[in-house]
Amino acid sequence: MDFASIFTLGQTALELGLISSLTVLALFLSYSMLNVCDLSTDGCFTFGAAVGAVVAISGHPYLSIVAAMCAGMLSGLVTAVLQTRMGINSLLAGIIVNTGLYSVNIAVMGNSSLLNMNRTDTVFTKLKTVLTGTALAAQFKLIIALIAVALVIVFLYFFLKTRLGLAIRATGNNPAMVRSSSINVAMTTTVGLIVSNSFTALSGCLMAQAQKSVNIDIGSGVLTVALASLLIGNAFYSGSRIGLRAVFAVVGAVIFRVVYTLALRFNMPAFMLKLVSSVIVIIAISAPYIRSQIPMIRRRWANRKGGLHA
Amino acid sequence: MLEIKNISKTFNPGTINEKIVFKDFSLTVNNSEFVTIIGANGAGKSTLFNAIAGAFFTDSGTIELDGKDISLVSEYKRARRIGRLFQDPMLGTAPGMTIEENLTLAAGRGGWFSTLNRHDRERFKETLSELNMGLEDKLTKPVGLLSGGQRQALTLIMATINPPDLLLLDEHTAALDPSTAEKVLEITDRIVRKHSLTCLMVTHNMQSALDFGNRILMMDDGKIVFDSCGEEKKKLKVSDLLILFKKGSGKTLNTDRILLS
Repeated sequence: MDFASIFTLGQTALELGLISSLTVLALFLSYSMLNVCDLSTDGCFTFGAAVGAVVAISGHPYLSIVAAMCAGMLSGLVTAVLQTRMGINSLLAGIIVNTGLYSVNIAVMGNSSLLNMNRTDTVFTKLKTVLTGTALAAQFKLIIALIAVALVIVFLYFFLKTRLGLAIRATGNNPAMVRSSSINVAMTTTVGLIVSNSFTALSGCLMAQAQKSVNIDIGSGVLTVALASLLIGNAFYSGSRIGLRAVFAVVGAVIFRVVYTLALRFNMPAFMLKLVSSVIVIIAISAPYIRSQIPMIRRRWANRKGGLHA
Repeated sequence: MLEIKNISKTFNPGTINEKIVFKDFSLTVNNSEFVTIIGANGAGKSTLFNAIAGAFFTDSGTIELDGKDISLVSEYKRARRIGRLFQDPMLGTAPGMTIEENLTLAAGRGGWFSTLNRHDRERFKETLSELNMGLEDKLTKPVGLLSGGQRQALTLIMATINPPDLLLLDEHTAALDPSTAEKVLEITDRIVRKHSLTCLMVTHNMQSALDFGNRILMMDDGKIVFDSCGEEKKKLKVSDLLILFKKGSGKTLNTDRILLS
Protein backbone atom coordinates (compact mmCIF):
# COMPACT_ATOMS: atom_id res chain seq x y z
CA MET A 1 0.00 0.00 0.00
CA ASP A 2 1.44 3.33 -1.02
CA PHE A 3 1.67 6.45 1.06
CA ALA A 4 -1.13 8.28 -0.76
CA SER A 5 -3.72 5.60 -0.03
CA ILE A 6 -2.66 5.37 3.61
CA PHE A 7 -3.09 9.12 3.82
CA THR A 8 -6.55 8.96 2.25
CA LEU A 9 -7.59 6.17 4.59
CA GLY A 10 -6.33 8.13 7.60
CA GLN A 11 -8.18 11.21 6.47
CA THR A 12 -11.43 9.32 5.97
CA ALA A 13 -11.06 7.75 9.41
CA LEU A 14 -10.46 11.18 10.91
CA GLU A 15 -13.50 12.69 9.16
CA LEU A 16 -15.83 9.89 10.19
CA GLY A 17 -14.34 9.88 13.69
CA LEU A 18 -14.94 13.60 14.11
CA ILE A 19 -18.49 13.48 12.76
CA SER A 20 -19.41 10.55 15.02
CA SER A 21 -17.65 12.25 17.93
CA LEU A 22 -20.58 14.67 18.02
CA THR A 23 -22.68 11.75 19.24
CA VAL A 24 -19.93 10.96 21.74
CA LEU A 25 -20.17 14.54 23.02
CA ALA A 26 -23.94 14.10 23.31
CA LEU A 27 -23.34 11.03 25.47
CA PHE A 28 -20.69 12.93 27.39
CA LEU A 29 -23.50 15.26 28.44
CA SER A 30 -26.26 12.70 28.99
CA TYR A 31 -24.28 9.67 30.19
CA SER A 32 -21.26 11.18 31.97
CA MET A 33 -22.82 14.39 33.29
CA LEU A 34 -26.54 13.68 33.71
CA ASN A 35 -26.03 9.96 34.45
CA VAL A 36 -28.85 8.96 32.08
CA CYS A 37 -28.22 6.24 29.53
CA ASP A 38 -30.19 7.62 26.60
CA LEU A 39 -31.28 4.61 24.56
CA SER A 40 -33.06 6.82 22.02
CA THR A 41 -29.64 7.75 20.59
CA ASP A 42 -29.79 5.39 17.58
CA GLY A 43 -33.22 6.61 16.52
CA CYS A 44 -32.34 10.23 17.14
CA PHE A 45 -29.20 9.92 15.00
CA THR A 46 -31.31 8.61 12.10
CA PHE A 47 -33.96 11.26 12.79
CA GLY A 48 -31.33 14.01 12.40
CA ALA A 49 -30.02 12.34 9.24
CA ALA A 50 -33.50 11.99 7.72
CA VAL A 51 -34.72 15.50 8.56
CA GLY A 52 -31.39 17.01 7.44
CA ALA A 53 -31.52 15.10 4.16
CA VAL A 54 -35.13 16.01 3.38
CA VAL A 55 -34.53 19.73 4.05
CA ALA A 56 -31.28 19.68 2.04
CA ILE A 57 -32.96 17.92 -0.88
CA SER A 58 -35.67 20.58 -0.85
CA GLY A 59 -32.89 23.09 -1.54
CA HIS A 60 -31.86 24.48 1.85
CA PRO A 61 -28.36 23.20 2.70
CA TYR A 62 -27.80 25.51 5.69
CA LEU A 63 -31.32 25.24 7.06
CA SER A 64 -30.90 21.44 7.00
CA ILE A 65 -28.41 21.66 9.88
CA VAL A 66 -30.75 23.79 11.99
CA ALA A 67 -33.74 21.59 11.15
CA ALA A 68 -31.86 18.42 12.11
CA MET A 69 -30.83 19.91 15.45
CA CYS A 70 -34.40 21.03 16.16
CA ALA A 71 -35.59 17.51 15.34
CA GLY A 72 -33.07 16.17 17.85
CA MET A 73 -34.28 18.62 20.49
CA LEU A 74 -37.85 17.48 19.95
CA SER A 75 -36.84 13.84 20.30
CA GLY A 76 -34.90 14.67 23.48
CA LEU A 77 -37.88 16.56 24.86
CA VAL A 78 -40.17 13.57 24.33
CA THR A 79 -37.70 11.18 26.00
CA ALA A 80 -37.34 13.58 28.91
CA VAL A 81 -41.07 14.15 29.38
CA LEU A 82 -41.68 10.38 29.41
CA GLN A 83 -39.20 9.87 32.23
CA THR A 84 -39.71 13.02 34.30
CA ARG A 85 -43.44 13.68 34.00
CA MET A 86 -45.00 10.32 33.20
CA GLY A 87 -43.19 7.98 35.56
CA ILE A 88 -41.63 5.84 32.83
CA ASN A 89 -38.25 4.33 33.69
CA SER A 90 -35.49 6.25 31.92
CA LEU A 91 -34.13 3.24 30.00
CA LEU A 92 -37.62 2.26 28.90
CA ALA A 93 -38.39 5.85 27.84
CA GLY A 94 -35.36 5.76 25.53
CA ILE A 95 -36.34 2.41 24.02
CA ILE A 96 -39.93 3.56 23.45
CA VAL A 97 -38.81 6.74 21.69
CA ASN A 98 -36.25 4.78 19.68
CA THR A 99 -38.91 2.36 18.44
CA GLY A 100 -41.37 5.14 17.67
CA LEU A 101 -38.74 7.06 15.75
CA TYR A 102 -38.28 4.17 13.31
CA SER A 103 -41.74 4.83 11.87
CA VAL A 104 -41.30 8.59 12.11
CA ASN A 105 -38.01 8.40 10.20
CA ILE A 106 -39.53 6.39 7.33
CA ALA A 107 -42.41 8.86 7.19
CA VAL A 108 -39.98 11.80 7.13
CA MET A 109 -38.11 10.21 4.24
CA GLY A 110 -41.40 10.01 2.31
CA ASN A 111 -42.31 6.36 2.97
CA SER A 112 -38.90 5.25 1.83
CA SER A 113 -36.04 3.69 3.73
CA LEU A 114 -33.38 5.22 1.52
CA LEU A 115 -32.72 8.77 0.33
CA ASN A 116 -30.05 9.68 -2.16
CA MET A 117 -28.25 13.03 -2.03
CA ASN A 118 -25.86 12.57 -4.96
CA ARG A 119 -26.98 15.74 -6.66
CA THR A 120 -28.06 17.62 -3.56
CA ASP A 121 -26.47 20.83 -2.34
CA THR A 122 -25.22 20.29 1.21
CA VAL A 123 -22.84 22.22 3.49
CA PHE A 124 -20.13 19.90 2.19
CA THR A 125 -20.72 20.64 -1.50
CA LYS A 126 -20.96 24.37 -0.68
CA LEU A 127 -17.55 24.38 0.97
CA LYS A 128 -16.11 22.17 -1.75
CA THR A 129 -17.11 24.77 -4.35
CA VAL A 130 -15.56 27.56 -2.30
CA LEU A 131 -12.30 25.67 -1.83
CA THR A 132 -11.90 24.48 -5.44
CA GLY A 133 -8.41 25.26 -6.68
CA THR A 134 -6.95 25.95 -3.23
CA ALA A 135 -4.57 23.71 -1.29
CA LEU A 136 -7.39 22.67 1.04
CA ALA A 137 -9.68 21.45 -1.74
CA ALA A 138 -9.56 17.83 -0.61
CA GLN A 139 -10.09 18.68 3.04
CA PHE A 140 -13.59 20.13 2.83
CA LYS A 141 -15.19 17.32 4.85
CA LEU A 142 -12.51 17.49 7.49
CA ILE A 143 -12.91 21.26 7.86
CA ILE A 144 -16.67 21.08 8.39
CA ALA A 145 -16.32 18.22 10.87
CA LEU A 146 -13.63 20.13 12.76
CA ILE A 147 -15.72 23.31 12.90
CA ALA A 148 -18.77 21.41 14.18
CA VAL A 149 -16.76 19.57 16.85
CA ALA A 150 -14.98 22.75 17.96
CA LEU A 151 -18.27 24.66 18.26
CA VAL A 152 -19.87 21.89 20.30
CA ILE A 153 -16.86 21.60 22.64
CA VAL A 154 -16.70 25.37 23.17
CA PHE A 155 -20.44 25.42 23.82
CA LEU A 156 -20.20 22.55 26.33
CA TYR A 157 -17.20 24.16 28.03
CA PHE A 158 -19.08 27.37 28.74
CA PHE A 159 -22.50 25.79 29.22
CA LEU A 160 -21.32 23.39 31.92
CA LYS A 161 -19.86 26.30 33.88
CA THR A 162 -23.15 28.20 34.06
CA ARG A 163 -25.52 27.67 36.95
CA LEU A 164 -27.77 25.63 34.66
CA GLY A 165 -24.83 23.51 33.55
CA LEU A 166 -23.72 22.99 37.15
CA ALA A 167 -27.27 21.97 38.05
CA ILE A 168 -27.24 19.40 35.24
CA ARG A 169 -23.92 17.98 36.47
CA ALA A 170 -25.20 17.89 40.05
CA THR A 171 -28.35 16.06 38.90
CA GLY A 172 -26.15 13.20 37.72
CA ASN A 173 -24.07 13.43 40.86
CA ASN A 174 -26.59 13.84 43.68
CA PRO A 175 -30.22 14.66 42.78
CA ALA A 176 -31.12 15.15 46.47
CA MET A 177 -28.65 18.00 46.68
CA VAL A 178 -30.13 19.60 43.56
CA ARG A 179 -33.61 19.50 45.07
CA SER A 180 -32.36 21.06 48.29
CA SER A 181 -30.83 23.85 46.22
CA SER A 182 -34.41 24.53 45.12
CA ILE A 183 -33.82 23.34 41.57
CA ASN A 184 -36.28 21.07 39.80
CA VAL A 185 -34.55 17.83 38.81
CA ALA A 186 -37.17 17.22 36.12
CA MET A 187 -36.19 20.54 34.54
CA THR A 188 -32.43 19.89 34.56
CA THR A 189 -32.94 16.38 33.13
CA THR A 190 -35.15 17.79 30.37
CA VAL A 191 -32.72 20.55 29.39
CA GLY A 192 -29.80 18.10 29.44
CA LEU A 193 -31.56 15.60 27.16
CA ILE A 194 -32.75 18.31 24.75
CA VAL A 195 -29.21 19.66 24.34
CA SER A 196 -27.56 16.23 24.07
CA ASN A 197 -30.06 14.98 21.50
CA SER A 198 -29.52 18.07 19.35
CA PHE A 199 -25.85 17.03 19.09
CA THR A 200 -26.81 13.45 18.24
CA ALA A 201 -29.09 14.67 15.46
CA LEU A 202 -26.39 17.05 14.18
CA SER A 203 -24.02 14.10 14.08
CA GLY A 204 -26.53 12.07 12.05
CA CYS A 205 -27.23 14.96 9.70
CA LEU A 206 -23.54 15.54 8.91
CA MET A 207 -22.86 11.81 8.57
CA ALA A 208 -25.65 11.45 6.00
CA GLN A 209 -24.56 14.51 4.05
CA ALA A 210 -20.92 13.42 4.09
CA GLN A 211 -21.79 10.04 2.57
CA LYS A 212 -24.51 11.58 0.36
CA SER A 213 -27.26 9.19 1.40
CA VAL A 214 -29.49 8.22 4.29
CA ASN A 215 -30.42 4.66 5.01
CA ILE A 216 -32.97 3.83 7.72
CA ASP A 217 -30.22 1.76 9.38
CA ILE A 218 -27.68 4.60 9.48
CA GLY A 219 -28.13 4.97 13.23
CA SER A 220 -28.22 1.35 14.31
CA GLY A 221 -25.56 0.63 16.90
CA VAL A 222 -24.47 4.26 17.09
CA LEU A 223 -25.08 4.35 20.86
CA THR A 224 -22.74 1.44 21.59
CA VAL A 225 -20.04 2.74 19.25
CA ALA A 226 -20.27 6.19 20.85
CA LEU A 227 -20.22 4.69 24.34
CA ALA A 228 -17.11 2.69 23.41
CA SER A 229 -15.47 5.89 22.13
CA LEU A 230 -16.42 7.79 25.27
CA LEU A 231 -14.92 5.08 27.48
CA ILE A 232 -11.73 4.96 25.39
CA GLY A 233 -11.44 8.72 25.91
CA ASN A 234 -12.06 8.28 29.65
CA ALA A 235 -9.17 5.83 29.81
CA PHE A 236 -6.84 8.67 28.78
CA TYR A 237 -8.30 11.38 30.97
CA SER A 238 -11.06 11.28 33.56
CA GLY A 239 -10.02 14.20 35.77
CA SER A 240 -12.11 17.11 36.88
CA ARG A 241 -11.43 19.50 33.98
CA ILE A 242 -14.60 19.43 31.92
CA GLY A 243 -13.18 20.92 28.74
CA LEU A 244 -10.35 18.41 28.67
CA ARG A 245 -12.75 15.53 29.25
CA ALA A 246 -14.82 16.66 26.26
CA VAL A 247 -11.68 16.88 24.10
CA PHE A 248 -10.69 13.35 25.11
CA ALA A 249 -14.19 12.10 24.30
CA VAL A 250 -13.49 13.27 20.74
CA VAL A 251 -10.01 11.72 20.82
CA GLY A 252 -11.66 8.45 21.87
CA ALA A 253 -14.00 8.60 18.87
CA VAL A 254 -11.12 9.21 16.46
CA ILE A 255 -9.03 6.41 17.98
CA PHE A 256 -11.99 4.06 17.64
CA ARG A 257 -12.37 4.96 13.96
CA VAL A 258 -8.65 4.63 13.23
CA VAL A 259 -8.43 1.24 14.92
CA TYR A 260 -11.54 0.13 13.06
CA THR A 261 -10.08 1.27 9.74
CA LEU A 262 -6.84 -0.57 10.47
CA ALA A 263 -8.76 -3.71 11.37
CA LEU A 264 -10.57 -3.50 8.03
CA ARG A 265 -7.20 -3.24 6.29
CA PHE A 266 -6.20 -6.47 7.96
CA ASN A 267 -9.30 -8.08 6.46
CA MET A 268 -11.65 -7.89 9.41
CA PRO A 269 -15.11 -8.05 7.83
CA ALA A 270 -17.03 -4.74 8.13
CA PHE A 271 -19.94 -6.41 9.89
CA MET A 272 -17.71 -7.04 12.90
CA LEU A 273 -17.80 -3.33 13.86
CA LYS A 274 -20.73 -3.68 16.21
CA LEU A 275 -19.45 -6.78 17.97
CA VAL A 276 -16.11 -5.05 18.53
CA SER A 277 -17.80 -1.96 19.95
CA SER A 278 -19.95 -4.12 22.24
CA VAL A 279 -16.87 -5.91 23.55
CA ILE A 280 -15.08 -2.61 24.18
CA VAL A 281 -18.05 -1.28 26.16
CA ILE A 282 -18.29 -4.51 28.16
CA ILE A 283 -14.58 -4.45 29.01
CA ALA A 284 -14.49 -0.75 29.85
CA ILE A 285 -17.52 -0.82 32.14
CA SER A 286 -16.89 -4.19 33.80
CA ALA A 287 -13.12 -3.86 34.33
CA PRO A 288 -13.29 -1.72 37.51
CA TYR A 289 -15.89 -4.07 39.01
CA ILE A 290 -13.99 -7.22 38.16
CA ARG A 291 -10.75 -5.68 39.45
CA SER A 292 -12.46 -4.98 42.77
CA GLN A 293 -13.55 -8.63 42.98
CA ILE A 294 -10.09 -10.10 42.35
CA PRO A 295 -8.87 -10.13 45.99
CA MET A 296 -12.04 -11.98 47.03
CA ILE A 297 -11.70 -14.50 44.19
CA ARG A 298 -8.06 -15.08 45.17
CA ARG A 299 -9.03 -15.73 48.78
CA ARG A 300 -11.72 -18.17 47.72
CA TRP A 301 -9.21 -19.99 45.51
CA ALA A 302 -6.66 -20.13 48.30
CA ASN A 303 -9.32 -21.46 50.65
CA ARG A 304 -10.41 -24.13 48.23
CA LYS A 305 -6.84 -25.32 47.70
CA GLY A 306 -6.20 -25.33 51.43
CA GLY A 307 -9.43 -27.27 51.90
CA LEU A 308 -8.39 -29.99 49.44
CA HIS A 309 -5.05 -30.60 51.07
CA ALA A 310 -6.34 -30.50 54.60
CA MET B 1 -42.81 31.66 62.12
CA LEU B 2 -43.69 28.05 61.45
CA GLU B 3 -47.29 27.06 62.14
CA ILE B 4 -48.29 23.43 61.78
CA LYS B 5 -52.04 23.13 62.21
CA ASN B 6 -53.78 19.80 62.77
CA ILE B 7 -51.81 17.78 60.25
CA SER B 8 -52.59 14.08 59.81
CA LYS B 9 -50.70 11.49 57.84
CA THR B 10 -51.28 7.80 57.32
CA PHE B 11 -48.84 5.78 55.27
CA ASN B 12 -50.12 2.84 53.17
CA PRO B 13 -53.77 3.42 54.14
CA GLY B 14 -56.00 0.37 53.84
CA THR B 15 -53.16 -2.12 53.71
CA ILE B 16 -51.63 -4.43 56.28
CA ASN B 17 -48.72 -1.97 56.55
CA GLU B 18 -50.99 0.94 57.45
CA LYS B 19 -49.22 3.32 59.78
CA ILE B 20 -50.76 6.42 61.30
CA VAL B 21 -47.84 8.73 62.04
CA PHE B 22 -49.66 11.98 62.79
CA LYS B 23 -53.18 12.60 63.94
CA ASP B 24 -54.17 16.26 64.41
CA PHE B 25 -50.58 17.23 65.12
CA SER B 26 -49.99 20.92 65.78
CA LEU B 27 -46.85 22.88 66.53
CA THR B 28 -45.94 26.56 66.44
CA VAL B 29 -42.35 27.74 66.31
CA ASN B 30 -41.69 31.46 66.67
CA ASN B 31 -39.13 33.38 64.69
CA SER B 32 -35.54 32.97 65.89
CA GLU B 33 -36.46 30.05 68.10
CA PHE B 34 -33.83 27.30 68.16
CA VAL B 35 -35.72 24.13 69.06
CA THR B 36 -34.05 20.84 69.91
CA ILE B 37 -36.12 17.69 69.46
CA ILE B 38 -35.52 14.34 71.14
CA GLY B 39 -37.44 11.08 71.12
CA ALA B 40 -37.03 7.36 70.60
CA ASN B 41 -36.83 5.70 67.19
CA GLY B 42 -40.13 5.85 65.37
CA ALA B 43 -41.35 8.83 67.40
CA GLY B 44 -41.95 10.73 64.15
CA LYS B 45 -39.10 13.24 64.31
CA SER B 46 -37.79 12.66 60.81
CA THR B 47 -41.32 12.22 59.47
CA LEU B 48 -42.17 15.63 60.91
CA PHE B 49 -39.21 17.11 59.03
CA ASN B 50 -40.26 15.31 55.85
CA ALA B 51 -43.71 16.83 56.18
CA ILE B 52 -42.32 20.32 56.72
CA ALA B 53 -39.78 20.02 53.89
CA GLY B 54 -42.36 18.53 51.53
CA ALA B 55 -40.90 15.04 50.97
CA PHE B 56 -44.56 13.95 51.18
CA PHE B 57 -47.84 15.81 51.39
CA THR B 58 -49.96 15.53 54.51
CA ASP B 59 -53.46 14.05 54.27
CA SER B 60 -55.04 17.05 55.98
CA GLY B 61 -54.15 20.15 57.95
CA THR B 62 -51.93 23.03 56.93
CA ILE B 63 -48.29 24.00 57.27
CA GLU B 64 -47.63 27.74 57.19
CA LEU B 65 -44.28 29.46 57.01
CA ASP B 66 -44.40 33.19 57.85
CA GLY B 67 -48.12 33.24 57.18
CA LYS B 68 -47.92 31.53 53.79
CA ASP B 69 -49.55 28.14 53.38
CA ILE B 70 -46.92 25.77 51.94
CA SER B 71 -48.85 22.51 52.44
CA LEU B 72 -49.20 21.88 48.72
CA VAL B 73 -45.95 23.43 47.52
CA SER B 74 -43.50 20.90 46.02
CA GLU B 75 -40.34 19.95 47.85
CA TYR B 76 -37.86 21.72 45.58
CA LYS B 77 -39.82 24.97 45.77
CA ARG B 78 -40.01 24.83 49.56
CA ALA B 79 -36.23 24.39 49.57
CA ARG B 80 -35.91 28.05 48.58
CA ARG B 81 -37.06 28.98 52.10
CA ILE B 82 -36.20 25.85 54.09
CA GLY B 83 -32.64 24.60 54.56
CA ARG B 84 -32.17 20.98 55.58
CA LEU B 85 -29.33 18.76 56.74
CA PHE B 86 -29.47 14.98 57.02
CA GLN B 87 -27.61 12.47 59.14
CA ASP B 88 -25.73 11.19 56.09
CA PRO B 89 -23.00 13.72 55.19
CA MET B 90 -23.09 12.39 51.60
CA LEU B 91 -26.63 13.59 50.94
CA GLY B 92 -26.10 17.33 51.02
CA THR B 93 -23.30 17.80 48.49
CA ALA B 94 -22.36 16.66 44.98
CA PRO B 95 -19.11 14.68 45.44
CA GLY B 96 -17.90 14.95 41.85
CA MET B 97 -18.05 18.72 41.83
CA THR B 98 -15.75 21.24 43.45
CA ILE B 99 -16.49 23.16 46.65
CA GLU B 100 -17.06 26.40 44.74
CA GLU B 101 -19.36 24.69 42.23
CA ASN B 102 -21.43 23.23 45.08
CA LEU B 103 -21.62 26.63 46.72
CA THR B 104 -22.59 28.32 43.44
CA LEU B 105 -25.58 26.02 43.10
CA ALA B 106 -26.62 26.58 46.70
CA ALA B 107 -26.09 30.34 46.62
CA GLY B 108 -28.61 30.53 43.82
CA ARG B 109 -28.00 34.17 42.95
CA GLY B 110 -28.06 35.32 39.36
CA GLY B 111 -29.77 33.74 36.37
CA TRP B 112 -29.43 30.31 34.86
CA PHE B 113 -26.61 31.41 32.60
CA SER B 114 -24.62 33.27 35.23
CA THR B 115 -21.17 31.94 36.03
CA LEU B 116 -18.99 32.08 39.10
CA ASN B 117 -17.21 35.43 39.38
CA ARG B 118 -14.49 36.89 41.57
CA HIS B 119 -17.03 38.52 43.84
CA ASP B 120 -18.72 35.15 44.56
CA ARG B 121 -15.36 33.52 45.17
CA GLU B 122 -14.44 36.19 47.74
CA ARG B 123 -17.78 35.72 49.45
CA PHE B 124 -17.36 31.93 49.54
CA LYS B 125 -13.84 32.24 50.94
CA GLU B 126 -14.97 34.61 53.64
CA THR B 127 -17.87 32.38 54.67
CA LEU B 128 -15.79 29.20 54.63
CA SER B 129 -12.98 30.75 56.66
CA GLU B 130 -15.42 31.05 59.57
CA LEU B 131 -15.39 27.25 59.80
CA ASN B 132 -11.64 27.17 60.60
CA MET B 133 -11.32 23.98 58.57
CA GLY B 134 -9.10 25.35 55.83
CA LEU B 135 -11.83 24.80 53.23
CA GLU B 136 -11.35 28.34 51.91
CA ASP B 137 -8.06 27.18 50.33
CA LYS B 138 -9.67 24.16 48.68
CA LEU B 139 -12.35 25.90 46.59
CA THR B 140 -11.40 24.01 43.42
CA LYS B 141 -11.08 20.58 45.08
CA PRO B 142 -13.84 18.01 44.54
CA VAL B 143 -16.12 17.66 47.57
CA GLY B 144 -15.68 13.87 47.41
CA LEU B 145 -12.19 14.32 48.87
CA LEU B 146 -13.46 15.93 52.08
CA SER B 147 -14.06 14.13 55.38
CA GLY B 148 -17.59 13.56 56.68
CA GLY B 149 -17.26 16.42 59.16
CA GLN B 150 -15.98 18.80 56.50
CA ARG B 151 -18.78 17.80 54.14
CA GLN B 152 -21.39 18.32 56.83
CA ALA B 153 -19.94 21.74 57.71
CA LEU B 154 -19.96 22.64 54.01
CA THR B 155 -23.58 21.49 53.71
CA LEU B 156 -24.40 23.73 56.66
CA ILE B 157 -22.79 26.69 54.89
CA MET B 158 -24.67 25.81 51.68
CA ALA B 159 -27.98 25.65 53.54
CA THR B 160 -27.42 29.01 55.22
CA ILE B 161 -25.46 31.06 52.67
CA ASN B 162 -28.78 32.68 51.85
CA PRO B 163 -30.29 32.63 55.36
CA PRO B 164 -33.41 30.42 55.11
CA ASP B 165 -36.70 31.15 56.88
CA LEU B 166 -36.38 27.77 58.56
CA LEU B 167 -33.45 25.43 59.12
CA LEU B 168 -34.09 21.71 59.71
CA LEU B 169 -31.24 19.67 61.20
CA ASP B 170 -31.99 15.95 61.22
CA GLU B 171 -29.38 14.34 63.51
CA HIS B 172 -26.79 16.03 61.35
CA THR B 173 -23.91 15.09 63.65
CA ALA B 174 -24.92 11.48 64.38
CA ALA B 175 -22.65 9.97 61.72
CA LEU B 176 -19.57 11.94 62.83
CA ASP B 177 -16.97 10.99 65.40
CA PRO B 178 -17.53 12.66 68.80
CA SER B 179 -14.93 15.44 68.51
CA THR B 180 -15.98 16.34 64.96
CA ALA B 181 -19.62 16.20 66.01
CA GLU B 182 -18.89 18.63 68.79
CA LYS B 183 -17.16 21.00 66.39
CA VAL B 184 -19.98 20.85 63.84
CA LEU B 185 -22.53 21.49 66.63
CA GLU B 186 -20.56 24.47 67.83
CA ILE B 187 -20.42 25.85 64.25
CA THR B 188 -24.16 25.20 63.91
CA ASP B 189 -24.87 27.16 67.06
CA ARG B 190 -22.69 30.04 65.87
CA ILE B 191 -24.41 30.23 62.46
CA VAL B 192 -27.91 29.97 63.91
CA ARG B 193 -27.17 32.81 66.35
CA LYS B 194 -25.44 34.94 63.72
CA HIS B 195 -28.44 34.98 61.38
CA SER B 196 -30.92 34.52 64.27
CA LEU B 197 -32.39 31.62 62.30
CA THR B 198 -35.54 29.76 63.15
CA CYS B 199 -34.20 26.26 63.60
CA LEU B 200 -35.40 22.76 64.48
CA MET B 201 -32.70 20.27 65.44
CA VAL B 202 -33.28 16.56 66.03
CA THR B 203 -30.56 15.02 68.14
CA HIS B 204 -29.97 11.66 69.79
CA ASN B 205 -27.68 13.26 72.31
CA MET B 206 -29.71 14.38 75.35
CA GLN B 207 -26.91 16.58 76.62
CA SER B 208 -26.62 18.56 73.39
CA ALA B 209 -30.42 18.85 73.30
CA LEU B 210 -30.10 20.66 76.62
CA ASP B 211 -26.91 22.59 75.82
CA PHE B 212 -28.13 24.07 72.55
CA GLY B 213 -31.19 26.05 71.59
CA ASN B 214 -33.78 27.87 73.64
CA ARG B 215 -36.62 25.35 73.49
CA ILE B 216 -36.80 21.58 73.81
CA LEU B 217 -39.46 19.19 72.50
CA MET B 218 -39.79 15.55 73.36
CA MET B 219 -41.73 13.41 70.89
CA ASP B 220 -43.28 10.00 71.17
CA ASP B 221 -45.60 8.14 68.85
CA GLY B 222 -46.32 11.18 66.68
CA LYS B 223 -47.13 13.42 69.63
CA ILE B 224 -45.29 16.03 71.59
CA VAL B 225 -45.03 14.70 75.14
CA PHE B 226 -42.98 17.51 76.59
CA ASP B 227 -42.28 21.10 75.57
CA SER B 228 -40.14 23.51 77.53
CA CYS B 229 -38.43 26.81 76.80
CA GLY B 230 -36.55 29.74 78.28
CA GLU B 231 -35.37 29.68 81.89
CA GLU B 232 -37.25 26.46 82.60
CA LYS B 233 -35.29 24.66 79.87
CA LYS B 234 -31.97 26.00 81.13
CA LYS B 235 -32.48 24.33 84.49
CA LEU B 236 -33.23 20.89 83.04
CA LYS B 237 -30.83 17.97 83.48
CA VAL B 238 -30.65 14.67 81.58
CA SER B 239 -32.16 12.84 84.56
CA ASP B 240 -35.11 15.25 84.50
CA LEU B 241 -35.70 14.44 80.83
CA LEU B 242 -35.98 10.72 81.57
CA ILE B 243 -38.53 11.34 84.30
CA LEU B 244 -40.47 13.81 82.16
CA PHE B 245 -40.55 11.36 79.29
CA LYS B 246 -42.01 8.67 81.49
CA LYS B 247 -44.61 11.07 82.80
CA GLY B 248 -45.55 12.25 79.30
CA SER B 249 -45.63 8.95 77.43
CA GLY B 250 -46.30 6.43 80.16
CA LYS B 251 -43.23 4.35 79.32
CA THR B 252 -39.50 4.49 79.87
CA LEU B 253 -37.40 6.04 77.18
CA ASN B 254 -35.80 3.44 74.98
CA THR B 255 -32.21 4.45 75.59
CA ASP B 256 -30.19 1.99 73.54
CA ARG B 257 -29.50 4.49 70.80
CA ILE B 258 -29.87 7.67 72.80
CA LEU B 259 -26.76 9.12 74.35
CA LEU B 260 -27.32 10.20 77.92
CA SER B 261 -24.19 12.26 78.19
